[in-house]
Amino acid sequence: MDAPLPLTAEAEPRPSAAIALLRHARYVISGNVVTAASFVLFFLLLLCAAFGPWLAPYDPLASDTMAALQPPSAAHWLGTDHLGRDILSRIVVATRLDMGIAISSVALVFVLGGLAGVAAGYFGGWTDRIVGRLADTIMAFPLFVLAMGIVAALGNTVTNIVIATAIVNFPLYARIARAEAAVRRDAGYVQAARLTGNGEMRVLLGTILPNILPIMAVQMSLTMGYAILNAAGLSFIGLGVKPPTPEWGIMVAEGASFIVSGEWWVALFPGLALMLAVFCFNLLGDGLRDIVDPQRRT
Amino acid sequence: MLRTIASRLGTALPSLAGVVVVTFLLTRVLPGDPAAYFAGPVASPEAIAQIRAELGLDQPLLAQFARYLGDLARGDLGVSLTTGQPVLADIAARLPASIELTLLGLLLAVCTAVPLGVLAALRQGSWIDHLCRLVTTAGVSLPVFFTGLLAVYVFYFLLGWSPAPLGRLDSFMSEPARVTGFFLVDSALAGDGETFRAALAQLLLPAITLAVFALAPLARITRASMLAALSADFVRTARASGLNGRTVVLRYAFRNAMLPVLTTLGMVFSFLLGANVLVEKVFAWPGIGSYAVEALIASDFAPVQGFVLIMAILYILLNLFIDLLYGLVDPRMKEG
Repeated sequence: MDAPLPLTAEAEPRPSAAIALLRHARYVISGNVVTAASFVLFFLLLLCAAFGPWLAPYDPLASDTMAALQPPSAAHWLGTDHLGRDILSRIVVATRLDMGIAISSVALVFVLGGLAGVAAGYFGGWTDRIVGRLADTIMAFPLFVLAMGIVAALGNTVTNIVIATAIVNFPLYARIARAEAAVRRDAGYVQAARLTGNGEMRVLLGTILPNILPIMAVQMSLTMGYAILNAAGLSFIGLGVKPPTPEWGIMVAEGASFIVSGEWWVALFPGLALMLAVFCFNLLGDGLRDIVDPQRRT
Repeated sequence: MLRTIASRLGTALPSLAGVVVVTFLLTRVLPGDPAAYFAGPVASPEAIAQIRAELGLDQPLLAQFARYLGDLARGDLGVSLTTGQPVLADIAARLPASIELTLLGLLLAVCTAVPLGVLAALRQGSWIDHLCRLVTTAGVSLPVFFTGLLAVYVFYFLLGWSPAPLGRLDSFMSEPARVTGFFLVDSALAGDGETFRAALAQLLLPAITLAVFALAPLARITRASMLAALSADFVRTARASGLNGRTVVLRYAFRNAMLPVLTTLGMVFSFLLGANVLVEKVFAWPGIGSYAVEALIASDFAPVQGFVLIMAILYILLNLFIDLLYGLVDPRMKEG
């Protein structure tokens, strides 16, 4: 009945590193319902971002004044706004723009802040001082206020919202990358890389950077939520995205004037979409951290 | 104590210099014509040329910076095109409204978050711990303008408990005599109970909105640092020495747990000052946030620049204050 015990260790080959990571990821996800839910939500967001225009039941820009400000019904699941546009369609189509803004700003700061921080931590000296001073100066501002100022100065466009959100997040990324690089500067494998004749830049980019990437990826997911909120806040006060483009922040702003007269659905549903997206990325970040860095698991 | 204040002031100066340089650079180095920005969207080319000469934009950058510093030293932040008033006067008139709102919001947040975090740490796994977790997760995911609108819908439209979200006082009520600019304080000083109640009714909803937003990071860090303090050796020693639970928790654990909370307070202020802008827009609150938003939409740059500068200076001063508080709570910091 019992299978014979393997006599040697080779009988069961060790799984490769990638498979081990996947197994660990499956273990973390299956052990934590919330993380699993956040992954599902994440794929839903990706789906809406990729295929939004085909998924939406109506044209997000088509107005129908006969059907203006209708509460949720069978025809319009989430109701219609003051121009009779279908709110569900607008929310679904807006996913691409909102995700696009957040992802590009996070990617931008990931490259800029990550590289600056790694260089600061690895080289020290004046590189460190310049990056540190830059980060301190940005941190001296209330971040949303600085983002407003940057958009005002650069010009009121979506691209500039991406840039402003990236600049505001710069200190966070630079500091994390700096700390992680400083810790590894004199680690054994880094010294080995140096001793085998690699140049400083090669050690930095080829040996240290790949080791820091997982921790930075967690940070990316955690700041995605903040990036979404920041961009939506800017468009809520009328910056960047212009009507009639569907975008969650501006949709909430358009719905704001109908709240006092009781038409709650115009602002509520885009706001809920925002909340779910932020919630998803926060949970995803926690889940990723558990996968990448089991010691910090809470 | 004086020496501590002086040394803290010394550390705030580089931040202040950085802030001044950045607000200067925002207008001068970025692409685009600052004269056109300052002139506004409908200015003629002659008007723009005149403004360029007035602002000294035809001079080298360093000379422009010296001029900017001179203007700042005289308290000259330029003139708003929308109101026609000096920016500093506009901001000074509207600042008390913003500060009253932000401080009340913060006060509500601290008074809720600290007990919540402490209780959650003391009774891990109980309903209050779950409540704490719910509040912290919801608080970071909710856009502050969305919370504000929900609050308006529930408490104004559905329940009718709260007045219309239109500014600091009902339009038929007269403002209290201006002493501090804070309506609550001014009406209390004047002994005018009716105005006090009306001002409080208007203030409560936006302040609660801000508090919900600030609650999450504060409660989270209070719980975490209280847990760390409770499991520390000195608490075990205190318990082993036979001190009663209340003394151990309040005097030993709580006081040590407050240090990370104070540090987080600085970050919370940064978020609050930003969130303030959004809440002011939702509640038509006549503070400096809505002033800056109006100017932004009208491409009126001088008020925006002044607003960014004033907010940054406020934030630096608040951080300075927190640093000093830190010294009071933790005597070890006095030497350092």
